Amino acid sequence: MNDSLKRALSKYKTLIAFFVICIIITIITPRFLTVSNMTNVLTQVSVNAVIAIGMTFVILTGGIDLSVGSILAIAGALAASIIKSNGNVLLAVIVALLVGAGIGIINGLLVSKGKVQAFIVTLASMTIFRGVTLVYTNGTPISGLSGAFSNIGNMKLGILPVPVLITAAAVLIAYYLLSQTRFGRYLYALGGNEDSARLSGINTDRIKTWVYVVSGITAAISGVIVTSRIGSASPNAGSGFELDAIAAVVIGGTSLSGGEGSVIGTIIGALIIGVLNNGLNLMNVSPFYQSIIKGLVILVAVLLDKKSNKSR
Amino acid sequence: MKKRSLKVLSLAVASMLVVGGLTGCTKKQEGGTTTTGGKKIGMVISTLNNPFFVTMKDGAEKKAKELGYTLVVLDSQNDSAKERSNVEDLMQQGVSAIIINPTDSDAVKNAIQVANDKKVPVVTVDRQANGGTVACHVASDNVKGGSMAADFILSQLGAKSDIKIVELQGIPGASATRDRGAGFHKVVDAKSNVKVAASQAADFDRQKGLSVTENIIQSTPTFDAVFAHNDEMALGAVKAIKAANKKVIVVGFDGTKDAVDAVNSGDMAATIAQQPDLMGSMAVDNAVKVAKGETVEKQIPVELKVIKK
Repeated sequence: MNDSLKRALSKYKTLIAFFVICIIITIITPRFLTVSNMTNVLTQVSVNAVIAIGMTFVILTGGIDLSVGSILAIAGALAASIIKSNGNVLLAVIVALLVGAGIGIINGLLVSKGKVQAFIVTLASMTIFRGVTLVYTNGTPISGLSGAFSNIGNMKLGILPVPVLITAAAVLIAYYLLSQTRFGRYLYALGGNEDSARLSGINTDRIKTWVYVVSGITAAISGVIVTSRIGSASPNAGSGFELDAIAAVVIGGTSLSGGEGSVIGTIIGALIIGVLNNGLNLMNVSPFYQSIIKGLVILVAVLLDKKSNKSR
Repeated sequence: MKKRSLKVLSLAVASMLVVGGLTGCTKKQEGGTTTTGGKKIGMVISTLNNPFFVTMKDGAEKKAKELGYTLVVLDSQNDSAKERSNVEDLMQQGVSAIIINPTDSDAVKNAIQVANDKKVPVVTVDRQANGGTVACHVASDNVKGGSMAADFILSQLGAKSDIKIVELQGIPGASATRDRGAGFHKVVDAKSNVKVAASQAADFDRQKGLSVTENIIQSTPTFDAVFAHNDEMALGAVKAIKAANKKVIVVGFDGTKDAVDAVNSGDMAATIAQQPDLMGSMAVDNAVKVAKGETVEKQIPVELKVIKK
């Protein structure tokens, strides 16, 4: 094998893994590769993909955000209660995003200025805001959301569902921020080596705070999508989503120690998880085996990544 | 039930974190009928801040009155420390038996030990205790409920020769998933014309109920009914089925408010509901029996009911 082919293979290994999984599922079940199932998968993936985009920012700095599932729940619940009371979609979305950003600022400041480990800070805020959501909703779902709000999760423009378009926009913005702006360059520098980034004059605290704001906002966007899709805000919504998002980021080749990775990789990671969930449902695999298969795929993806990093 | 206890647990954690010390100064709620001259039974309920348990209390009070007993009801406010002090208080009042609806299966062990030390018989309701000596446990019969759901679906489809049903399972391995699934399969597996077209887990979650049903519609475009192990998943399934313009019977489990609304509007065909009033009443019935020294069954299953339009 010549060098350029080797390099191409290692660069696109997650993409190749994605296609291999798709081909295997297609062979087993012909129902997989249809237009209706593809739009179905993309819609389902968008929920996790949007969270994972924000998570990529955080992980690139070497941090982690466990609170995304709880942010999703409280943002969804607030949006739902605004829709219930006056039906103002714009207000509902803005409030949801502001709450996401607000919780992000708290997380970010505690990590950057407070010098507390991100794992601990976001574990605490995950617990607190799950509780706040339970208190706010009194433990019961806020249901009966209809009208214009339900378009966000359910309408299609052409053949593309709105959640997919939102995800695409989020990818473009994130890609631009990370690759074309000073913020992006500083972020990679910080993730690569915090001390030298600080010594070269980068305001590392500010970057460290902002990444949690980004993550809070994307979690809130996902909260709006989920709430609109099911027409109801459940106090338990989004529990466990942080792990799916982290898995997408890691499968996509972003290193948990920071400094290396991309949002495109994350999207492929999210697609792999989504296609796997969909395919396992289509093949009617026993739920007991599904967990084993999903875990193995994550493990293989990460091992592949490690190997190619070494050979570089 | 697993889901509810999880919810309750996280609520407890949340209130500890958010409200902090405030819980200490809330007043104890006391209720109960005051039939004089009769014997006294104690009842400690996990929380009265949930309609389910309030209905359970009402059922218990009615039965106690009927049997000529005084029922002293104390609210643990989802706090296991409060639960224990409630049990201690009741011991001081000299109750002849005590009914405990645990806040948490593990944390309740100490509270039960308090009653065991005083040789006062204990009956648990709804949530089981993982320790201590308990005379009997009164809870909904999830296995029977699963069978009732299957029977209802089959009765709705009548003489159809080839029936396909989709099963949405709860969290794999959870007791409600096992029991409801077992009851359902006991009925449908015995019928040669009924096929479970897909059996997938959606973890008692509405959003997953939606996604998994969307996926199943892709693989199995035609099916006649969905049985979901709880109402949340059933409501998710309804969304997916409506979006795909299908006419399918959806049956859920629990009888939550959203589900009952969906049954009334015709979106869901039925939900299998627990009967908290009957649970309370049967708990009192058995507590009185053990107080008199009679022997009772260790497990008392409470009937469920089908809520349909």
